[in-house]
Amino acid sequence: MAATAIETEGLGKRYRLGLHKRGYGTLREAITGVFHKEDDEPDYDGPEFLWALRDLSLTIRQGEVVGLVGHNGAGKSTLLKILSRITEPTEGHVDVTGRVGSLLEVGTGFHPELTGRENIFLNGSILGMRKAEIRKRFDEIVEFAEIERFLDTPVKRYSSGMSVRLAFAVAAHLEPEILLVDEVLAVGDASFQRKSLGKMTEVASQGRTVVFVSHNLAIIQALCERGVLLERGRAVADGPVKETIDQYLTALERSASDDLLERTDRDRRGYYDTQICRVEIADTSGGPADVIVSGQPATITVDVTEEVPALECRLTIADSLGQPVTSMDSEISAPADVREPGRGTRLECQLASLPLLPGRYRIDVLLKAGRHIQDGLQAAGFFDVQPGVIDGRPVPPAGADGSIVLPHAWRLPT
Amino acid sequence: MLRDLESATPAPETIRLEATRGFSRVLAPRELWRYRDLAAQIALRDITVRYRQTLLGAAWAVLQPIGFMVVFSLFFGSLAGVTTNGLPYAPFYLAALVPWTFFANAMLLGSDSLVANSGLVSKIYFPRIFMPAGILVAGFVDLAISTVILLIIVFAWGLVPSAAILVVPLLVAIAAAAALGASTLLSALNVRYRDIRYVVPFGIQLWLFASPVAYPSSLLEEPWRTISAINPMVGVVEGFRWATLGEGAPPWDLIGISAVAAVAILLAGLAYFDRVERGFADYV
Repeated sequence: MAATAIETEGLGKRYRLGLHKRGYGTLREAITGVFHKEDDEPDYDGPEFLWALRDLSLTIRQGEVVGLVGHNGAGKSTLLKILSRITEPTEGHVDVTGRVGSLLEVGTGFHPELTGRENIFLNGSILGMRKAEIRKRFDEIVEFAEIERFLDTPVKRYSSGMSVRLAFAVAAHLEPEILLVDEVLAVGDASFQRKSLGKMTEVASQGRTVVFVSHNLAIIQALCERGVLLERGRAVADGPVKETIDQYLTALERSASDDLLERTDRDRRGYYDTQICRVEIADTSGGPADVIVSGQPATITVDVTEEVPALECRLTIADSLGQPVTSMDSEISAPADVREPGRGTRLECQLASLPLLPGRYRIDVLLKAGRHIQDGLQAAGFFDVQPGVIDGRPVPPAGADGSIVLPHAWRLPT
Repeated sequence: MLRDLESATPAPETIRLEATRGFSRVLAPRELWRYRDLAAQIALRDITVRYRQTLLGAAWAVLQPIGFMVVFSLFFGSLAGVTTNGLPYAPFYLAALVPWTFFANAMLLGSDSLVANSGLVSKIYFPRIFMPAGILVAGFVDLAISTVILLIIVFAWGLVPSAAILVVPLLVAIAAAAALGASTLLSALNVRYRDIRYVVPFGIQLWLFASPVAYPSSLLEEPWRTISAINPMVGVVEGFRWATLGEGAPPWDLIGISAVAAVAILLAGLAYFDRVERGFADYV
């Protein structure tokens, strides 16, 4: 059996909430705080604290490729942050064996004033590599990232795609024994995504350990052999990736049928002047909610808690693995859109025809007002699409690929 | 060469990550040694970045003290008639401004180093002390350049440094210790309390006038002259004057007291930095 690469025991990370309301805390508060020493141990399980991770015990062996799945705020990124030593756990411990390379979110660890070349060396030494080792890998990195022409340009002038390409190239080529990757592949074009996935498979096949976080379950399923499902900071499922993903999908559906206001995985960036409280899709003929026949007109209804001026809504329809199929954004307006004064708290999106293949789909919702995100929920609603007819053509056509059907007509020889 | 071979096939090392208590991380020798290449890289980076995208480049290292020298000569010397103990204005002020500028810049840039590099601090691990320390190391380059200019001016005014000039490295060490102590303390505070950003430039100005840069410390009566040396820059500045201008009695009393004070500031700064380092990524 392979040696252990990562072993966590009773790992917990606690954050104090409400920080963003009180700003960073002022010096005066700190000075007065010295004289008003709190006598009581605060209630760490109370509402003022959030356990981003709690009591997590997990063993990852060398060469394993593990996918972390879970809602926003389930603790996936926090775990990666602890593993990469950016933040300390509050309780418990992790034993990490080997050099850790991490790629956390976008724009990872570059110094904006330094050139691409200088940043490669800087990042290499952050990984604990000697100069000679970095030099050996240098050309490969540059070629993979496709930044030859910009090597001596400060990174602050790079496009976001270029930064991510370089960050990925550095992290993947500098031979870390453990590679942590958080959702970064969402940026960058499709061809680079494919290339990165290939590189990660290669890294994994060389017997190195990969821990991967993504909302894209299809990628997780393709890449990982083992999946760990986190929920509210705890590992609730751990096993073959397929089973974990199934369990996650079941959990997602369960949470969509619960009261949406109770959900704890709301988008962390939200302002919450108004919140999503109900999402429903129904066909216009008054059939049962959440079951639509392919090709039929349908209406997606979003109920929010408060009436807020200039509210915009973005709906994303994704297939059951979380792969987005299409999205509709009210910010991109069309003449047919209607804005009614006193419309209240109900938003509607009308579809003349639902061109989806039969299957199960979910709806992600993002609310914006002014320039701020108010609320965001993934998998806010689910619906089933039943076989139907589009333009007189039965759906699904035999051997259909993908998830959508375009209205179309053929011209053919007899 | 041997080291390169070793690190190409390193024996995987297990590191335990847990909540740290007490003093442990800032000066953990193994940790600092492991990241020695990074320390060099960061210092090198601070040197190259310092004057990048500036018109005058490294000339700034000299322009700042020279500018102050001209202003002080005009206002304190010629107009206000503050005594320089019979020394010509230019070398008198510049000999004090050279170490002062080194100290002030290390503190000013160092106190902002963690916040300014939040992109690195929140994304990757490395011993955080490298940030303020890198700024300090980069400051040595400026110090070397401006010391050369100082010596040119000293000779131009017909003065000759005595053997006392050999004390300069000790004085620089005292200034560096005080600067590192102050900048670790302030940079750590800055992560939590952005007030620091406004306090530091203002505080540096006050500190300038609390140090005998624009006047000789002999203006103060005893025991105040001696007591004032708990400001480490008093010993450094007066020491620098004595060591580079080759005039006056050696201010060993001031240098001694200032050295002790500088070490105290350094220890206090490191102690606080160590206590709060683990939380930087959560606040920055």
